[in-house]
Amino acid sequence: MLELLQVSNLDSTIRLATPLLLACLAGLYSERSGVFDIGLEGKILIAAFAGAAVGVTMGNAWIALGAAILTSVAFALIHGVACITFRGNQIVSGVAINFLALGLAAVIGNAMFQMGGRSPQLPNEARLQGGDRALFSWMEDLGPVGEAVHNLFFDQSIFVYLAFAAVPFTWWVLFRTRFGMRLRAVGENPAAVDTAGISVTGLRYRAVICAGILCGLSGATLSMALNSGYINNMSAGRGFIALAALIFAKWRPVQAMMACLLFAFLEASESRLQGKEVLGFEIPVQLVQALPYILVVVLLAGFIGQARAPKAGGVPYVKER
Amino acid sequence: MSAPAIELKGISKSFGAVHANRDIDLTVEKGTIHGIIGENGAGKSTLMSILYGFYQADKGTIAVDGARVTIKDSDAAISLGIGMVHQHFMLVEPFTVLENVMLGAEGGALLNRGRAEARKELERLEKEYELNVDPDAIVGDLPVGIQQRVEILKALYRGAEILILDEPTGVLTPDEADHLFRILGQLRAQGKTVLLITHKLREIMAITDDVSVMRQGQMVASRHTAETSVEELAELMVGRRVLLRVEKGEANPGKVKLEVSGLNVVDELGVARVKEASLQVRAGEIVGIAGVSGNGQSELLEAIAGIGPITTGSVELFDIAGEPTPWRPRHGLGHVPEDRHKMGLVTKFLAKENAVLGYQREDEFGSGVMMDKGAVLETCKRHMEAFDVRPPDPNLKAANFSGGNQQKIVLAREIENDPDVLIVGQPTRGVDVGAIEAIHRRLIELRDAGKAILLVSVELDEIRALSDRIIVMFAGEIMGEVGPEATEREIGLLMSGVRDGAAA
Repeated sequence: MLELLQVSNLDSTIRLATPLLLACLAGLYSERSGVFDIGLEGKILIAAFAGAAVGVTMGNAWIALGAAILTSVAFALIHGVACITFRGNQIVSGVAINFLALGLAAVIGNAMFQMGGRSPQLPNEARLQGGDRALFSWMEDLGPVGEAVHNLFFDQSIFVYLAFAAVPFTWWVLFRTRFGMRLRAVGENPAAVDTAGISVTGLRYRAVICAGILCGLSGATLSMALNSGYINNMSAGRGFIALAALIFAKWRPVQAMMACLLFAFLEASESRLQGKEVLGFEIPVQLVQALPYILVVVLLAGFIGQARAPKAGGVPYVKER
Repeated sequence: MSAPAIELKGISKSFGAVHANRDIDLTVEKGTIHGIIGENGAGKSTLMSILYGFYQADKGTIAVDGARVTIKDSDAAISLGIGMVHQHFMLVEPFTVLENVMLGAEGGALLNRGRAEARKELERLEKEYELNVDPDAIVGDLPVGIQQRVEILKALYRGAEILILDEPTGVLTPDEADHLFRILGQLRAQGKTVLLITHKLREIMAITDDVSVMRQGQMVASRHTAETSVEELAELMVGRRVLLRVEKGEANPGKVKLEVSGLNVVDELGVARVKEASLQVRAGEIVGIAGVSGNGQSELLEAIAGIGPITTGSVELFDIAGEPTPWRPRHGLGHVPEDRHKMGLVTKFLAKENAVLGYQREDEFGSGVMMDKGAVLETCKRHMEAFDVRPPDPNLKAANFSGGNQQKIVLAREIENDPDVLIVGQPTRGVDVGAIEAIHRRLIELRDAGKAILLVSVELDEIRALSDRIIVMFAGEIMGEVGPEATEREIGLLMSGVRDGAAA
């Protein structure tokens, strides 16, 4: 069991936590403003695809990253128009976003590359995979500890740093800025925000756009850092795990990071636990894969206390008579 | 003399076919408390919403401090110095008082600096107006009376010179209401103008300088409060003379219809809510249960109605021959719950659907799985006419009726179904004078028709006016029974748990 704490497993944990954490924070902005976002999964997927497709054709990582973010924001705005402007059902709109992303990525991908939905490998200049080895390589000579520190903290992709920096930043925005206070208020009681002379619609759109940007980064992490290229349905339910982490964290940023790290640790440990025996029984792979979900159910059912969602979440704002 | 604080001329507003406001003129002098009184649905709230920029008037002009203005949203109203305390508070419950007050007036993109300034200003306002609010308390934990003061603070913090209060005392205890009036007096003393919307005549007489009366979307009169009387205002509101006392003859009690013996209710926390309650209600009488809210009346009522738990004891109904009948709510037992929103209505359903709710399986509303929509509609129309529900539109959602009219829908449903035993909780809570009169008369008629009625109300006046026998509850116990001739003091002593009061 100790091997689960090996540097390589912890390294995987950090890398796997990154897309989860970005998506989880995306959900946090959106849901704190009162817009439920089941469509995280779809936005991650379409962003991953856009990053890979543009990366392959243009051969520039930064343009590819921009494309991933813009595409995700566009999808976020579809959700916004449906839920905020037209006061549609947020769950239905989110599900629609997921299907739309899955379908569009496959159709466009096939038309572009004729590879059954996959994209070709990204050229090196279109990847954002590692840190700058040259700058910190001296640490590797400091023995095993230095090597571990180097591998864990100084050899990660840019997304890792962005995601973990986004945690304190999000906390600061939520609790120390005017925008954050209004965002929290609009998720609790939009009528109070409206009567205070602030636009509910404007605030919610801004929240949804924040969610779009973060989902774009999350998707780009998948296709440009963890992999190099797009694979069909490569988000593999991460959007939903992120939502579970969000509830688990009771919509708070630091706790969201903890939850994402926990889920990522389970995911990273999956392969290491396969075929292992505990008390004479072989652990079934399926059990290991199901662990994050079981954990969510068990923890939500009683161990974290009541998870109170933003009160106005899921309800379109209509001025009352 | 300075220009009036507010001058409205020819304001009209329609919602579809409904004329909520018709050609309204109103002048409010600076530094006064001006009451706007009218029945539920008379258009008071609409008029104030226009003033606060929530709605735009279809026609008419608004002048503030003598200058003509257009108020296109709440933001514009705030910058003109108009503040509003809504009937349903506009507060963010998990936020602190300070945060609620700051919302929308944060004083910069970062909160820190604004927070310090807001705290200082808040402390000053609190002292000046005796508001007694802790800036760091979480609003959701505060009692409603204090939440309302937070709303007042919000308005003052934004520099309101004109404060509109929409039915402010509906949710308050008498003590809290008195405190509110003291605060309003302070505001007037500081030169602020207060617009008080209410349908309670007592409040108008107690606190206002001037009063304007609205009826069916029109402004029917303006008076100096000192030069008018409760009777005149009531008549102006309703458009005819109102009997403020209920006229009723002697009761002719018959056989026992409802018998409660040794009833105990213990809630999930193990607290005894009702202790050993025993009572009888006979045909042809009204038994009132008096008591300060929260002394077990609600639990007793729910237990009798069959919707609350009974720990020990029994509730029995008797048929015409005096034989115990099987416990069948809806068959001979009508129940008007205390809280119409939680239990009386499905507010998202149409009025006609609500009019038959609970009785939908009766043969008259269809057979088999299909409902007879015509019969449902007819029933609702009949109810609306009998109880003067406004607007009389069976196809309107229940949520879109004013509180008093919602109550009438519930009352009509239970009363018109001709129950043998009727249990009524707070029949006139949030209902206007005209409607109260009609509801009271209907209850007396029902009594005279030989029905047994059990009435729970926190309005002592109502209990005394209607009941033939009054049972007083305190801390879950029945303290005693008095006749309708008992004085307010006698009943008051029982209500506060002093048992010898009745004998004294």
